Amino acid sequence: MNKLPELIFNKSKAGKIGYSFSDTKLADDLIAIDHNKLRKEITDFPQLSEVEIVRHYTNLSHLNHSVDSGFYPLGSCTMKYNPKINDKVAGFEAFSAHPYSPHHLVQGNLEILNRLETWLVQITGMTKFTLTPAAGAHGELAGMMIIRKYLTSTGNPRKVVLIPDSAHGTNPASAHFAGYEIREIPSNPDGIIDADELEKHLNPEVAALMMTNPNTLGIFEKHICKIAEALHRNGSLLYMDGANMNAFLGIVKPGNLGVDVLHLNLHKTFSTPHGGGGPGSGPIGVTRQLEAFLPVPLISRTDNEFRVEYFSQQGIGRIKNFYGNFLVIVRALSYLLSLGRENLRKVAEDAVLNANYIRKHLEKLFELPYKSKTLHEVVFSDKGLPVKTLDLAKRLLDYHIHPFTIYFPLIVQGAMMIEPTETESKETLDRFIEVIKKIIRESQENPDLVKTSPHSTPVSRLDEVQAARHPVLKWEKKENP
Amino acid sequence: MRFLPLSDADREEIKKFLGIEKVREIFSDIPLEHSYYSLDQLPSSLPENRLIDVFRKLAHQNKFSQYIHYLGGGAYQHFIPEVVNYLSAKGEFLTPYTPYQPEVSQGSLQAMFEYQTMMTLLTGMDISNSSLYDGGTAAAEGILLALRKSKKDRFLMAENLHPEYIEIIKTYVQNLNIDFQTVIFHKETGKVDISDLKQKMDGNTAAFIFQSPNFFGVIEDSHEISSLLHQQNVYSIQVITEAMSLAFLNPPAENGVDIALGEAQSFGLPLGFGGPYLGFLTTKQEFLRQMPGRIVGQTNDNRGRRGYILTLSTREQHIKREKATSNICTNQAWCALRAAMYMATMGKTGLEKIGKLNHLNTAYFVRSVSGFDHVKIRYQKDFYNEVVMDIKNMSASDFLQKLEKKNILAGIPLKWFYPEFQDSILINFTENHKTEDIDSLVDRIGELK
Repeated sequence: MNKLPELIFNKSKAGKIGYSFSDTKLADDLIAIDHNKLRKEITDFPQLSEVEIVRHYTNLSHLNHSVDSGFYPLGSCTMKYNPKINDKVAGFEAFSAHPYSPHHLVQGNLEILNRLETWLVQITGMTKFTLTPAAGAHGELAGMMIIRKYLTSTGNPRKVVLIPDSAHGTNPASAHFAGYEIREIPSNPDGIIDADELEKHLNPEVAALMMTNPNTLGIFEKHICKIAEALHRNGSLLYMDGANMNAFLGIVKPGNLGVDVLHLNLHKTFSTPHGGGGPGSGPIGVTRQLEAFLPVPLISRTDNEFRVEYFSQQGIGRIKNFYGNFLVIVRALSYLLSLGRENLRKVAEDAVLNANYIRKHLEKLFELPYKSKTLHEVVFSDKGLPVKTLDLAKRLLDYHIHPFTIYFPLIVQGAMMIEPTETESKETLDRFIEVIKKIIRESQENPDLVKTSPHSTPVSRLDEVQAARHPVLKWEKKENP
Repeated sequence: MRFLPLSDADREEIKKFLGIEKVREIFSDIPLEHSYYSLDQLPSSLPENRLIDVFRKLAHQNKFSQYIHYLGGGAYQHFIPEVVNYLSAKGEFLTPYTPYQPEVSQGSLQAMFEYQTMMTLLTGMDISNSSLYDGGTAAAEGILLALRKSKKDRFLMAENLHPEYIEIIKTYVQNLNIDFQTVIFHKETGKVDISDLKQKMDGNTAAFIFQSPNFFGVIEDSHEISSLLHQQNVYSIQVITEAMSLAFLNPPAENGVDIALGEAQSFGLPLGFGGPYLGFLTTKQEFLRQMPGRIVGQTNDNRGRRGYILTLSTREQHIKREKATSNICTNQAWCALRAAMYMATMGKTGLEKIGKLNHLNTAYFVRSVSGFDHVKIRYQKDFYNEVVMDIKNMSASDFLQKLEKKNILAGIPLKWFYPEFQDSILINFTENHKTEDIDSLVDRIGELK
């Protein structure tokens, strides 16, 4: 039995309607377009009633695992709980103004942008932010463009960006689209970048280092200050990927560690929902000397009003329409106002406590390739296990736990990257640990059970090769025989 | 704190288990002088009821919703059926990550597959990705796609493409050794100047990107443009900022377009002060392996059951790193979900009706002001749901201010974007405007004689 609902196109029946709006008295003779430019009809589009639409999507929703339904320790994705009040305030109709509204009619929205920027400045120690990037990778791209524009203004954009081997794939891709060549830097046995190793790669062609901190192994890059100094001596800049900023809230400001450009992920650290793959928001913060290169628009505050600057002499230009993902920004501000100064640091502390609790329990069972102090996440290897990481991950689904991030970072064999976040109870962590132990026992006693898992999900393992070799990317109408 | 489930006793127990006295010990690698900075400058925590007060106050500082508005220019106020709000707000849709584990993500994945199908049915193109950030970045990605596919390094773009899209494209290509030129528009028709296009295109040109309906609301002769481009193997890229036009006008594929992309905010997304919106990109089969962004495909599970999965990921950054077709990772999946819900709810007949009604309302306005000597509609033919209007002997700012006093936001001053249009405004009509609204707008304009 297939538990997936039939595709919506196959449920369609001519004549059904799911909408209602008042008909117009305006007649077709008003049409001011050449008739050969008009389409005759929209063929094969669904026709369903409202209740059928509701059931279709409700049934689809039941097939998803989500933060609202259970544990989701997907490493480096910071799948924390998304407070419901944030959705409520973001839904206030008054915020949903037109982006080209006269500014004096949207002062509340401009104030929201300004207030979030102020929070981010205070939390990170960077001096100015743009909130326009739509996601982390978009922030990376804009950030690398800022670096390039700044270096160009000093006479030479340079050619090379250094990226550690533990970095997320968006880092090299973003640097590439900013016009740079990539050189990979190996992590040392502690899982971090060595200042000495970095020095070996420095030369006058190096524009910047892109460093994730804490890095994707969940480890603080403790040589960051020395590295920043070495980069700056070389005329290079330090870009920090702030995907894992959750561990730094109230703990340390990247701006104090020598970071020149930083991106944040509002959909990770600041609790806005991931939406099944976006919308996110990836603000970037810079130091004083780079402010002039930020993209437009920029929000400023005068004595009695908020203003918008659309032009910037030295800026990289515009990277997104309008003001960015505004309603995501509203949610992040709502989150920060809820936390306040009393709870900001607790977020980081609890996230780190939870990750270390898991580490200490599981390091008896799994190989831990890097033994440096764990912050927000921990990465194990499947070395020596009777089954592979993929099998473990799939078996977790049968216990209604979303798997950790698998096979990343690439420097760990069979990587299992576990980030519990601060919004999980000790009971949830204890159950997770018990389930892991149980699966390891199953792998020894009945490996096939694990290797053929999952058994209880709407579908089991899917044929990726077939999907890529013979792509079926849309429904097509079957002609009646 | 209600978001933090650890009790103090739990924290103590965990610390004891870890053999530490203070959590700060875990952060001991962080330089001491920089760690545990003072938080005194930050505001105090707000309980839920106070938080609502703060946002109500901020909302109150926005006066926009007290006006009837006719603002478009790439963001359009269409009615959103309540089922779209209700269904998309379900935590099962709102709170998962990108569907990396397809076995527990079939809901999102099937909905994406249906979204891709609907976009291809509307545009007539072969394939669709499952979203990009917005129309402007979709335009930039479309250019990069055409450059990769053609292996050329030059493109052309229309001057009457949305000015923000032009800015974004320029930003995206500024460091990539790519050459481009702008093709001017014809002052009488508002359309792309075909002779200028002919002059500027050559065999080294990868693509020409133009918008239809263009920024002035005028429908381009896409078919003629595409045929001309194809004579020299130049790809035709059509941008659509008003997705509703797809329901009324010939699909891009029928006009010979190679890549049809743009903004689908019109499908179920609120104005939201400009975001989050929905970039879409549809194209021909031959571009598949060079496409940017996530794509959902249908396959079978190991028991032969139908299922959906993110596919063709060898194009993407997590596999290809700097050789990827795009750096995109998180996109606008939830916005695409809302668009799918909107399109499914409106369905064939609903979209056809609204697609037409948007034009009828606009045409009704144009006819209603045609008797006024002091009003000039610049391009009277082939507009969709936006027109460019001038009031004789009155600046755009004066005109807009006068109507604002009557609680009407009558449009966008074009001089923001085009210095030669000092006194013109861009005015948009959707199905949301009642005939009485339009009559009253016409009356107000009539009074300015």
